[in-house]
Amino acid sequence: MNEMKFKKKKLIMDEATIKRALKRIAHEIVEKNKGAEKIALVGIQSRGIYLAQRLTKYIEKIEKKSVPMGILDVSFYRDDVANRLIPHRVSRTEIPFDVSGKNIILVDDVLFTGRTVRAALDAIIDFGRPTSIQLAVLVDRGHRELPIRADYVGKNIPTSQKERVWVNLKEENQIDSVDIREDIN
Amino acid sequence: MAFEKKDLLGIKGLKKEEIQCILELGESFKEILARDIKKVPTLRGKTVVNLFVEPSTRTRISFELAAKRLSADVVNISAKNSSLTKGESLRDTAKTIEALGADAVIIRHPSAGAPHFFAKNINANVINAGDGAHEHPTQALLDLYTIKEKLGRINGLHVGIVGDIAHSRVARSNTLALTKMGAKVTLVGPPTLIPMEAEAMGAKVEYDFDKVIGKFDIIYMLRIQLERQTESLFPSIREYTNLYSLNFNRFKKAKKNVLIMHPGPMNRGIEISYEVADMPQAVITDQVVNGVAVRMAVLYVLLGGGEFEKITN
Repeated sequence: MNEMKFKKKKLIMDEATIKRALKRIAHEIVEKNKGAEKIALVGIQSRGIYLAQRLTKYIEKIEKKSVPMGILDVSFYRDDVANRLIPHRVSRTEIPFDVSGKNIILVDDVLFTGRTVRAALDAIIDFGRPTSIQLAVLVDRGHRELPIRADYVGKNIPTSQKERVWVNLKEENQIDSVDIREDIN
Repeated sequence: MAFEKKDLLGIKGLKKEEIQCILELGESFKEILARDIKKVPTLRGKTVVNLFVEPSTRTRISFELAAKRLSADVVNISAKNSSLTKGESLRDTAKTIEALGADAVIIRHPSAGAPHFFAKNINANVINAGDGAHEHPTQALLDLYTIKEKLGRINGLHVGIVGDIAHSRVARSNTLALTKMGAKVTLVGPPTLIPMEAEAMGAKVEYDFDKVIGKFDIIYMLRIQLERQTESLFPSIREYTNLYSLNFNRFKKAKKNVLIMHPGPMNRGIEISYEVADMPQAVITDQVVNGVAVRMAVLYVLLGGGEFEKITN
């Protein structure tokens, strides 16, 4: 992605707010699923993985038991192959547990059109039949193209189509922040 | 980097980065082949035509499975049941297949260059599945993948390709691919079965297998292709077997962790002995499994296109 084409507009979340949001989501997950007994987290490549790792740690701290975690690359399930828009470089998928009978929490950084989540739903179902699939996102920026809604949202950020939500996570970008940038093309 | 070619006709026209791109993708597809449901919807709605003018079992099935694992529709055409036997030209066949809506054509042909001619006459993506004694690019790619999977690298390894080099498109494609990726290649065989241009491809030539066997990290045995020989190029099968077969006695002279490869089908007892073909160092079955994964990767890069930046959430 060419960063030069975007102008930084506004900082929406800093390290502390991201941490608070994730801790709250962890509590909500535990509450909704009545504990951590049957839950498993699946992070969507690439930033969803780091968020899922952090959520897993928080949930394990709350419930004092280990929670399985997997990672998912949805490239092969995207619906844009006809437009020749699928990526050449794909990352790995690793679901080291049986998804059947589990409450799967899909984790991603930004919920936008909903197409990535749709692809992730298809991918998870290919691995087995979970009891439920729930969705946790750090940011919901709107503009859905499919009837998809997140169960856990760190922050709702209404945006215009010209804007971009920029998520930085320490694991990849050395800092934790969410800001909005505007397309200046 | 992106893979921007319309067709995959040979290793010769591929850049090192393009080979790497296919090998990396192969890993993701191998993960799919290990799942309970070995199928993804990536190429749903696409039609892949297998045009095999020359007989083949494993390559055709491998391509067919690769396309099916990606949810493409597959049509198989063999020379026997096609209009090619009625005298239809290759150009007309291309136009007919195009009119029927093929998105990709996988072609095997006894004449070198046929896939190149075919690619010029059709808008669909064309993949060379072996043309005469010229090239067999997907075999070379799956071999590279297998070497990388087993030994962790290709660069710096010494590969001995042994046998009927002159009639082998596998030897040609592998030599080009291996040297491109930084491996050293020595072609071993009787002088009558080593082509003139062997050294021009970047390989060394050796006639005495026993002398060099200990140097190789990988021994790649080739099938004696009696069907491709128009004249007698070695005195007898027995003499060939004595000098060039990978039997147990000869195998003992090789490096301990040597990798044994063969593109199949094997003539057990001729170029490779029964016991050596079943040794733990022999990765011949792994080559078959990896063939499906790598061919999935090839179909994916050709049919999928790819502009990663435009992808939205």
